[in-house]
Amino acid sequence: MNENNPTPPAPRRGAPLWVQILVFAALLGLLVLVGLGLARAQQPIIAVGAAVPDFTLTLFDGYAYNGAGEVSLTDLRGQVVVINFWASWCKPCEEEAADLEAAWRHYAAQAPGRVIFLGIDYVDTEPQARSYLAKFEISFPNGPDMGTRISQAFNRTMGVPETYIIDQNGILVHVQIGPFLSVAEIQRIIDPLLGR
Amino acid sequence: MDKKRLRISIFVLLFLGLSFLFSAVQVPPALAQEATPSDDEVNAIARQLYCPVCENTPLDVCPTEACRQWRDLIRQMLAEGRTEDEIKQYFVDNYGARVLAEPPRSGFFWLVYIVPPAAILAAAFFFIRAFRTWKQMAREPAGGSAASDGEASQTRDDYAARLEAELEKRK
Amino acid sequence: MFIDFGFGILVLTLAVTLFSIAAALYGFYTGSPRWVESARRAMQLTFPLITLVALALIYLLVSGHYEVQFVYSVTSNEMPLYLKITALWGGQEGSLILWAWLLAVFTSAVTLRKWDRDQELLPWVIIVTAITLAFFLALVIFFENPFARWWILPDNTPVAAMFQPSGAVPAFPNNGEGLNPLLRHPGMIIHPPMLYLGFVAFVIPYAFAIAALVTGRTDDRWLRLTRRWTLIAWLFLSIGLVLGARWAYDVLGWGGYWGWDPVEIAAFMPWLTGTAFLHSVMIQEKRGLFKQWNMILVILTYSLVLFGTFLTRSGVLSSVHAFAQSAIGPMFFSFIGVTFITSLVLLFHRWKDLTATIEMKSMLSREALFLLNNLLFIGVLIICFWGVVSPLISELATGQKITVGPPFYERATSPLWGALMLLMGVAPLSAWGKSTFTTLGKALWKPALLAALTPLMLAALGMRNWVALLGFTLVALVIFVSLHEYWRGARARQKAQGEGFLTALARLAARNRRRYGGYIIHISMVIMAIGILGIEIFQTETQRNMAIGDQVELAGYTVRYDSLAQFPYSDGRFVTRAVMSVFKAGEFVDEIYPRYDLYPGGQPMTIPGVRSTLVDDLYVVLVNWENVSATQTPFKIYHNPLVNWLWIGSGIFILGYLLAAWPQKENG
Repeated sequence: MNENNPTPPAPRRGAPLWVQILVFAALLGLLVLVGLGLARAQQPIIAVGAAVPDFTLTLFDGYAYNGAGEVSLTDLRGQVVVINFWASWCKPCEEEAADLEAAWRHYAAQAPGRVIFLGIDYVDTEPQARSYLAKFEISFPNGPDMGTRISQAFNRTMGVPETYIIDQNGILVHVQIGPFLSVAEIQRIIDPLLGR
Repeated sequence: MDKKRLRISIFVLLFLGLSFLFSAVQVPPALAQEATPSDDEVNAIARQLYCPVCENTPLDVCPTEACRQWRDLIRQMLAEGRTEDEIKQYFVDNYGARVLAEPPRSGFFWLVYIVPPAAILAAAFFFIRAFRTWKQMAREPAGGSAASDGEASQTRDDYAARLEAELEKRK
Repeated sequence: MFIDFGFGILVLTLAVTLFSIAAALYGFYTGSPRWVESARRAMQLTFPLITLVALALIYLLVSGHYEVQFVYSVTSNEMPLYLKITALWGGQEGSLILWAWLLAVFTSAVTLRKWDRDQELLPWVIIVTAITLAFFLALVIFFENPFARWWILPDNTPVAAMFQPSGAVPAFPNNGEGLNPLLRHPGMIIHPPMLYLGFVAFVIPYAFAIAALVTGRTDDRWLRLTRRWTLIAWLFLSIGLVLGARWAYDVLGWGGYWGWDPVEIAAFMPWLTGTAFLHSVMIQEKRGLFKQWNMILVILTYSLVLFGTFLTRSGVLSSVHAFAQSAIGPMFFSFIGVTFITSLVLLFHRWKDLTATIEMKSMLSREALFLLNNLLFIGVLIICFWGVVSPLISELATGQKITVGPPFYERATSPLWGALMLLMGVAPLSAWGKSTFTTLGKALWKPALLAALTPLMLAALGMRNWVALLGFTLVALVIFVSLHEYWRGARARQKAQGEGFLTALARLAARNRRRYGGYIIHISMVIMAIGILGIEIFQTETQRNMAIGDQVELAGYTVRYDSLAQFPYSDGRFVTRAVMSVFKAGEFVDEIYPRYDLYPGGQPMTIPGVRSTLVDDLYVVLVNWENVSATQTPFKIYHNPLVNWLWIGSGIFILGYLLAAWPQKENG
């Protein structure tokens, strides 16, 4: 019905400036938000060669590091750190559990104080986790990932088992998605870091 | 002036009311204490939890092994006589706020509950304000164009109008 | 051969589309209709071209060319023919092809219409649709190529690539992985194309809106031209959503149909704005009001379509629906950014042109109530949108993931749904322009009185839940008002024309299809609401470990576990199937077969045994995630009252839609 209304050449004017600014700010905010979300989705894992963010792991009862019930990554500077994410419900984790323990015992004997293994228990229930640790006689420090905070800092889409190997300066040098298949495979990564 | 203040306070009240509605705390159903809790008692709690292994799927229907363990843990905790709130709190402490069907009403997470009612009320506010302006315009007719608009719509809707007229006549 | 052929045509289509954009732009700026005509022809060419691409791909799927990575990932020798065809949209690559093909269908159709009166809009409609098409084609060609082949590198690792990597030899697997079992369901076969149809069709109104903004032809013309397209888009989107719900109910085995999953919401949001648009369009047509608002709604709807697709396919949100980790994210993100910003700039640029002198005489007039309806739909949208993005915000701000699940959405949106139902009851009775409490009350009192009897009756039958009582009252109000409107109109015709009542009724609806079809759609919506209220409020469930011969009682039913069979099935899955007898009041009424299928990849699928009646569904799930043995079998039994009305309502919806939107002669 407005076809008889004359359409421009009338002066073209925009919406009020404050509305424009407000709307564009909101849009920009949304795009930044989604963009950052996208960046995290595209790159869910911390990169090899980057410094690993610090965390504190509270250990299960019966485990200790230097006599304390918790351990921070910064305390471990100067050592090679092997961080293994696992869960009792995870079948592939069982495949590598014995190898990890063997590797840990190997370095504890051969290079004491130079390599530390940490087990981080991901989305698990404590009773099952304890029987898993007992079953595979895991002796290196282990603790639950409280609030899934640690796993989120490493990999947003964590799928156990995953293992992260960090050098003496706190730099990530190796990411293993899925289980190790042998002790030798673990040694091939750690030995060069010890200068052997 | 007073009227304005009144209106503002009505809005504030409405806002608070809505926020409350949005965040109303659910009353947990009383749990019967038994030796071995039944599947139904476990599911009543599991339904409200979300395991990080299967995101967006409630725990009571999640088929993964991890979730089965969670349900066993709930059963065990129920058997120990823990309350629903204690159990949920345990899971939040261990696995983070994401296990809850909605974030806890604390700190930053309040934003989740406050923004929608605030935005809706803001929209309603603009709607009412705009409506007043339009009504004012209708009271002081601006000119011929509006009238012709009305007529145009009348002719377009002539069938409906005739229908209405016929209905009127019938009475 | 077919591989290279398909890919070649795909690239050719992109070239044609790009030419179309360039020609339309050139034609617009030089004012040369020949170039625009050339662009139009080029766009028409895209449809047969992409059809060839799709056919080539379907041929590869059907004939088991597993050297093609996409074919390998979605089909296997064991799958029946129809599944091999529908596997086209079982993966990211193929579904993008389907998307592009549907887009070409719509753009070709729109360029085929007579453009005599709207020459100035044509180039921009072509440009907008062609850019969209080019974007999707580019995604397919550069990121998600369905024609990529398997190669074995010299170090024995397989890679998928279109062209031979140096030193690699082609690989010819003799079987594929097969389609995700969850997608092997009739609902899942039609659900995605319907949803895509709905999504894609919204491009057309958007293209017209942008054309109107660019050319300054901001009168009602673009709106009138796109009304039918909007309706088509809305229909398919609605059907797609319902089919998705049905699929979830039949296959996912969690006793429900809608989980407020982020991806479900992503598809639901354009429906909300689309529905709001269908209503507000009427105000502009009848009263010439709210041009700016309609423009905003069209742009918003299309943006939400893109946004939803992006969220689903980029991996930003995690969900049961999410496609695998994909490389298309950044490109999609840029496309969305450009679309949003351009649309907004154009909208602001023309803002004042779109201003109409708005007068509104009464808060109860039809236009005011329509506006209120829009406000409510936008309210629901705000809640949904916020629920979807707040986990992203939380993760960025606090480093903590959060879940925003059903309780949030249900609590927040249910008052708005209630208000919408009330509006559905009241608004059809108010008049355009002017309406007062008296006139409205006069029209309303009879149906309202009838509706008021509903809660009394239900309360007498023992219903005590006040939300349900209120909900059913509103349902009754809408039904009575709509039927009353029919009755009133038919009576008037009967008096005036001397027709019989039924003839009068039929002619009434035929003369004003949009209005009376609309009423049927309203009725269908509240009938769906009956089902939703029933299952949401009155669902009960129990889980039990049963031995053969055991019985469970739930909501007046007794379910007896008779036997369990486990056997391999011809297509490779391993079936575990229980037989259960259902008794009501001691009488045998039915036998149901809950089962679960274990597919070769280890993927389980839980198919409930359902006894469905108009009153309630008895829905039994074999809980395969607990330990199943013949002696101890866990079952989960749901009693879902009234849920069937959800599906019945969807059927009525389609009928109402057909009445409202079936092409009718001009000025009919």
